[in-house]
Amino acid sequence: MLKSLKIEAEKCTSCMQCELACSYQAEGVFNTAKSRIKIFTFHHEGRFVPYTCTQCSEAWCLHACPVEAIVLNPRTGAKEVLADACVGCKVCTIACPFGTVNYDEDTKVVYKCDLCGGDPECAKACPTEAITYVQSEQTGLERMRIHAAQAAGLAGGAADSGA
Amino acid sequence: MAMRHVIVGAGPAGVIAAETLRAVQPESEVVLLGDEPEPPYSRMALPYYLSGKIDESGTYLRSRANPAEHYRALGIDLRQDRAASLDTERRSLRLESGEKLGYDRLLMATGAVPLSPPIPGIDLPGVLNCWTMEDARGIATRAAKGAEVVLMGAGFIGCIILESLVRRGVRLSVIEMGDRMVPRMMDQVAGGLLKRWCGEKGLQVHTSTRVTAIRKGGKNGRLEAVLEDGSVLPADLIISATGVKPAIDLLKDSRVETDFGVLVDQRLQSNIEGIYAAGDVCQGKDFSTGQYSVQAIQPTAAEHGRIAAMNMAGKSVLHQGSVNMNVLDTLGLISSSFGLWDGAEDGEEVKTLNEGGYRYLNLQFSGDHLVGAQALGLTNHVGVLRGLIQTRVRLGPWKQRLLEDPTAIMEAYLGCVQPIGYNASVLA
Ligand SMILES: Cc1cc2nc3c(=O)[nH]c(=O)nc-3n(C[C@H](O)[C@H](O)[C@H](O)COP(=O)(O)OP(=O)(O)OC[C@H]3O[C@@H](n4cnc5c(N)ncnc54)[C@H](O)[C@@H]3O)c2cc1C
Repeated sequence: MLKSLKIEAEKCTSCMQCELACSYQAEGVFNTAKSRIKIFTFHHEGRFVPYTCTQCSEAWCLHACPVEAIVLNPRTGAKEVLADACVGCKVCTIACPFGTVNYDEDTKVVYKCDLCGGDPECAKACPTEAITYVQSEQTGLERMRIHAAQAAGLAGGAADSGA
Repeated sequence: MAMRHVIVGAGPAGVIAAETLRAVQPESEVVLLGDEPEPPYSRMALPYYLSGKIDESGTYLRSRANPAEHYRALGIDLRQDRAASLDTERRSLRLESGEKLGYDRLLMATGAVPLSPPIPGIDLPGVLNCWTMEDARGIATRAAKGAEVVLMGAGFIGCIILESLVRRGVRLSVIEMGDRMVPRMMDQVAGGLLKRWCGEKGLQVHTSTRVTAIRKGGKNGRLEAVLEDGSVLPADLIISATGVKPAIDLLKDSRVETDFGVLVDQRLQSNIEGIYAAGDVCQGKDFSTGQYSVQAIQPTAAEHGRIAAMNMAGKSVLHQGSVNMNVLDTLGLISSSFGLWDGAEDGEEVKTLNEGGYRYLNLQFSGDHLVGAQALGLTNHVGVLRGLIQTRVRLGPWKQRLLEDPTAIMEAYLGCVQPIGYNASVLA
């Protein structure tokens, strides 16, 4: 059974530990601008929502890549960017409907969450358990993903029921 | 006997279709025909070959190390041959090699071919398209550092090539017929900013003019491009990037209906049962307009390839329409456009512009939905624009918030798809 990041936004205090841990693990620097996970602030509601790639099964990014530079890690279910093979065309950044693949103007390649190979630093760094790494089916992300994909079109092609 | 699927064209649409067929109908036979000598590669990657970022094998769609083995292992019969004619009555193709190849299901994934402007001298040696690997090799040979190069066309493809030519250190002139760069992808504001940006980087882009003739002139057999106003640009190489058209020659004497591209239904099947189309050759459904048009972009080719294959395998899957979208890097200025970027009838729009900082965001709404967008200088979370458009999510209060601050696209998306606020976990 694959594990996923479970995000419980109501527990998030926007302490930024996840973003710092992520950027340090991925890039060797404490720089939230390079983090794969991002905390969004909702002023009206007074809420914070950490958000990152859901490793969705449609894998829009992977299928849009012209040179097989995004691959599935079968052990973790993560869609991983092979920086050596990435040409920097950015098609995956517009193909991902969740907005979780970004282009790095310094390295000239794209980057996204890779679940740290199965031991995500964001979850370890979160002091309030707003981010945990658990069996997939319980995650809010999964629910949110389904919710989002249900709307017309995002399945790329809807199964044709009868007619 | 096992069902035989024949796929004509081994670009992204054809390759994805072949792989999908093998996955969902492993007992069937899959023949993948490609007429180019290289292993299946991505045209999109050619600019990065030209700029020196990758070698030829970096353009391969699958397995840089051993592409032949990739297809063999999947049970895909990849052949280098060209389909020369089609007999829909006998369900058979005649190949250039002379062989006859029967099929149960046929996929047209032949892509597109470049359109050359009808001007004198267009066939001279040294005038090249930038469409195939062979074209790219020819450009690489001629576009040495310091060489003078004229690029005809500053549309989407022209602008991508422009970037790689500048990286090669050539002296480049760009000629665009339209009144701005990427006229079919972005509006006046964005197109104007792109041109100014190029100027600042020392690149001359001439808009609202055209090359009227090409001739041999000067010493060493160099070329000359003559512009509308009579001025003459010397050139070691002239590249034509003035548009493409679907490769439908194969269907000329067949009963398969074509318009600009192959006409298909929502299963990507043509008027002839058992014949499907995908990718640049396919006039498929546009998500935003509901009309059938040729988008000629990679993500659409990938979607078509998968959906056509599902239907060929007998699994009815309807294509809901692809969102037309592009992303472009012009000498470091990144632009993107989505869906009805030019606006919807009775729509509303909001723009935010920072001319000095080369930042621009334009959102187009129709009722309670986002239907189109353009962005300059945006590299983070840009895909969510597609998400907002394609999920047709009701924006509710977020529409007003976006009208006040268009940059809050990620917040709008999250706010719309997950309950935020007190008791949120109860609602979820
Ligand atoms: C320089 C360049 C840059 C690009 N950049 C982008 C970009 O940034 N983003 C984007 O979305 N798109 C981009 N594109 C467009 C993208 O490459 C195409 O949309 C995509 O390749 C379409 O895939 P396809 O499989 O439909 O066709 P193709 O890739 O054209 O493949 C079709 C194949 O079929 C072969 N064929 C044709 N007729 C026959 C026949 N009778 N028998 C056998 N084989 C045949 C062709 O030779 C070709 O190999 C770019 C294209 C170019 C040239």
